[in-house]
Amino acid sequence: MTPAATSLLCVAALLATALVAVPFGRRARATPAIYGASLAATVVALAGALLHLVAGGTSEVVLPLGLPWLGAHFRLDALAAFFLVVVNFGGAAASLYGLGYGRHEEAPHRVLPFFPAFLGAMNLVVLADDAFSFLLCWEFMSLASWALVIAHHRATDNTRAGYIYLVMASFGTLALLLAFGLLAGPQGGYGFAAMRAAEHPPLVAALVLGLLILGAGSKAGLVPLHVWLPLAHPAAPSHVSALMSGVMTKVAIYGFVRVVFDLLSEPSWWSSMVVLALGGATAVLGILHALMERDLKRLLAYSTIENIGVVFVGLGLALAFRAEGMGWAAALALTAALFHVLNHSLFKSLLFFGAGAVLGATATRDMDRLGGLIHRMPRTSFAFLVGCAAISALPPLNGFASEWLAFQAILQSPQLSAWGLKIMVPAVGGLLALSAALAAACFVKAFGVTFLGRPRSDAAAAAHEVDRFSQAAMFILAGLCLAAGILPGFVIDAVAPVTQALVGDRMPRQTGVEWLSIVPIAEGRSSYNGLLVFLFITISASLAVVVIHRFASRALRRGPAWGCGFVEPSPMTQYSGVSFAQPIRRVFGTLAFRAREHVEMPPPGDMRPARLTVQMHDLVWDALYAPIAGAIGFAADRLNTLQFLTIRRYLSLVFLALVGLLLVLAIWP
Amino acid sequence: MDGLIFDIAHLFAGGLVLVSFMLLYQDRLYALLNIFALHAFVLALSVAWQALVQAAPHLYVTAAIALGFKAIVIPVALHRIIQRLGIHRQVETVVGMGPTMLAGMGLVALSMVVMLRVTPEADPLAREDLAFALSVVLLGLLMMVTRRNAVSQVIGFMSLENGLILAATGAKGMPLVVEISVAFSVLIAFIVIGIFLFRIRERFDTVDIGALDDFRGERK
Repeated sequence: MTPAATSLLCVAALLATALVAVPFGRRARATPAIYGASLAATVVALAGALLHLVAGGTSEVVLPLGLPWLGAHFRLDALAAFFLVVVNFGGAAASLYGLGYGRHEEAPHRVLPFFPAFLGAMNLVVLADDAFSFLLCWEFMSLASWALVIAHHRATDNTRAGYIYLVMASFGTLALLLAFGLLAGPQGGYGFAAMRAAEHPPLVAALVLGLLILGAGSKAGLVPLHVWLPLAHPAAPSHVSALMSGVMTKVAIYGFVRVVFDLLSEPSWWSSMVVLALGGATAVLGILHALMERDLKRLLAYSTIENIGVVFVGLGLALAFRAEGMGWAAALALTAALFHVLNHSLFKSLLFFGAGAVLGATATRDMDRLGGLIHRMPRTSFAFLVGCAAISALPPLNGFASEWLAFQAILQSPQLSAWGLKIMVPAVGGLLALSAALAAACFVKAFGVTFLGRPRSDAAAAAHEVDRFSQAAMFILAGLCLAAGILPGFVIDAVAPVTQALVGDRMPRQTGVEWLSIVPIAEGRSSYNGLLVFLFITISASLAVVVIHRFASRALRRGPAWGCGFVEPSPMTQYSGVSFAQPIRRVFGTLAFRAREHVEMPPPGDMRPARLTVQMHDLVWDALYAPIAGAIGFAADRLNTLQFLTIRRYLSLVFLALVGLLLVLAIWP
Repeated sequence: MDGLIFDIAHLFAGGLVLVSFMLLYQDRLYALLNIFALHAFVLALSVAWQALVQAAPHLYVTAAIALGFKAIVIPVALHRIIQRLGIHRQVETVVGMGPTMLAGMGLVALSMVVMLRVTPEADPLAREDLAFALSVVLLGLLMMVTRRNAVSQVIGFMSLENGLILAATGAKGMPLVVEISVAFSVLIAFIVIGIFLFRIRERFDTVDIGALDDFRGERK
């Protein structure tokens, strides 16, 4: 059986599972059965994709479905195999987590049918090899995830999140539809093979790129199309949030890469500047929003936006280098982007699982009502800590490896010939560095406020460790974060066939390098050895522990927390998430959020406490979405009167329309 | 001989447009019915002439249907309805006569421009026929739009349908089946609308469709 057929069989198994879940979803035994079946199918698909990625080559399947003259084409090449690995690994981890987490679900029949369908749809999008199948599967994916977003539709704001998600998803699909229409040209070659062979004039290429930024960018969460993401991702059950943030955004990136690097003729160099600018802005704005957030899952969703920005910066660099004919640098940038795609899917899934565990144990996502969980959920907090370190790009974990590669690519910018790029790329590098630093601050806040200190509510004080399935899923992901961090060479070599196919070049082979270092360009210029860093950290930390415990004291002591001289025992006097973010809000908030602080000081003698209120605005929402929503509401109100006309007026409208069309026909040259 | 054929066909089709204008101008119901009968009669003549010219005997049936149903049965029936409802004195236009006539002339000019431009290589007879037919259709629509009274709207609708038949018979090879179905649809429409009129009468004591609007609460 060909690898593509294997993948399609796994998809068929997932869809069949979804169908079975419809009638049996309410039964108690359905939850482990459905998640178990999803786990099995995704593991098989993962193995198939991994083998295919290593073995290389392409395999195709044409099914007699869809448009009669087109059929449904599916194709598995290196790029698709890489993304199938990401999708199915995330899917398998979420299924494993769901085995435990799903048991507490109060309405499993709203989640169970859509979960495997969502997984199957994401697989299909990656496999699709013609525009019709691609769009169909893309829309199926959107709708399945929408159903999961509004699974708990009675919770506050979830229906609003679902509504905004639905609007943005249909807008994105519309943009993609137009893009594929332009790619297919007047002959209507809707197969990807025909699009690949066609030559696209520069104007069409620029238009397609713009539409792709709108279509795939809105699904991935590119600023300013990100507004739905922090609403919709947290609204879903946590393992689905992990899938949406960790995997579905990657499928969107797949769509962008597939079209822009594979199907489209080379767009001109200035179009890469648009991608770079959007990527840089997305990274910084995403992480600033995340820093301001109190809600743990929303914080993670905003941080997803930041990481999407990092990936898009990598893709923009690859576009720029490819347009300049620097294949090796383009391969480096594209490798960095794809490596970050993999990494983000690992640590963002891990973090959402951790957030789900916290939510399950305490029933709240508000960080300022949590705290002290490290004593009650030690394993979860350890896994979450690994995820936080990885996403903050701390060596020796995987986040560092991919961001380091991205900076290596940025450092090649002086060799570019276009002056616009020469100036822009270092500026974007500055934005990237800023966002990396802010991300570290953000996850210090996320971990510190949630897991350290004293519990800020009774629920946090009564928390308990989660079940073994959830722990297993988190620890497998944490282990892989470490493995990808200390052995990045294997990942880079696995991505090489993809870059070879897309930009015509690859990074130097890494597996032959001594001591498992990675060398992006040449030995003399830069190299990084994650294993060495890991060994150094481990050995020096162990030594420090040994020294402290041997020469200082063995005993574990619990003493009163230092309270800055105050005696107030309330846990609310601790450092909170909002207070942690205050310095950064002071620096960036006035510009980025029009933040205004207002102190209400009672007059002397009044016993009321003083109050500090902070007002923040989402500028993108205020400047872009609110006017559009207002205009649509206004037009709808005006058109509403059309519903109550007399029969004669309706006839007049028909008559005027007819006469108008005839007039057009008469005047038309 | 060819010239004469063309001239006579032209005469009848043009006559139909002229009678459409008379329909448009007329604001008394009995007179309107009489003119509609004349309209159908001219249509029957035109169709019969086409039957003779095209040597298509089935078109005689169409002509007979036009003459029988539209020129005699329907006007007589509507006459009775008006008598029974006692509304024959009502005058009911929305726009004044002058502007309506001007608009009608504009519409005829429009249909000429459109039709003559898009069919330069067609048979000249069919071309002229189509242009006149489109004018009749547009004038019928205009009549429906500018009248408030249900009876005159029905007549506008039927004159519109006459225009369609003129177009259909102008083109060679229109099968009879379609024609009969069209005729029956008009008959059915007439029956339905007739019943509708009685219903309105019973319910609201008037056939002015403004009363319907009042009932739906759209005015005032």
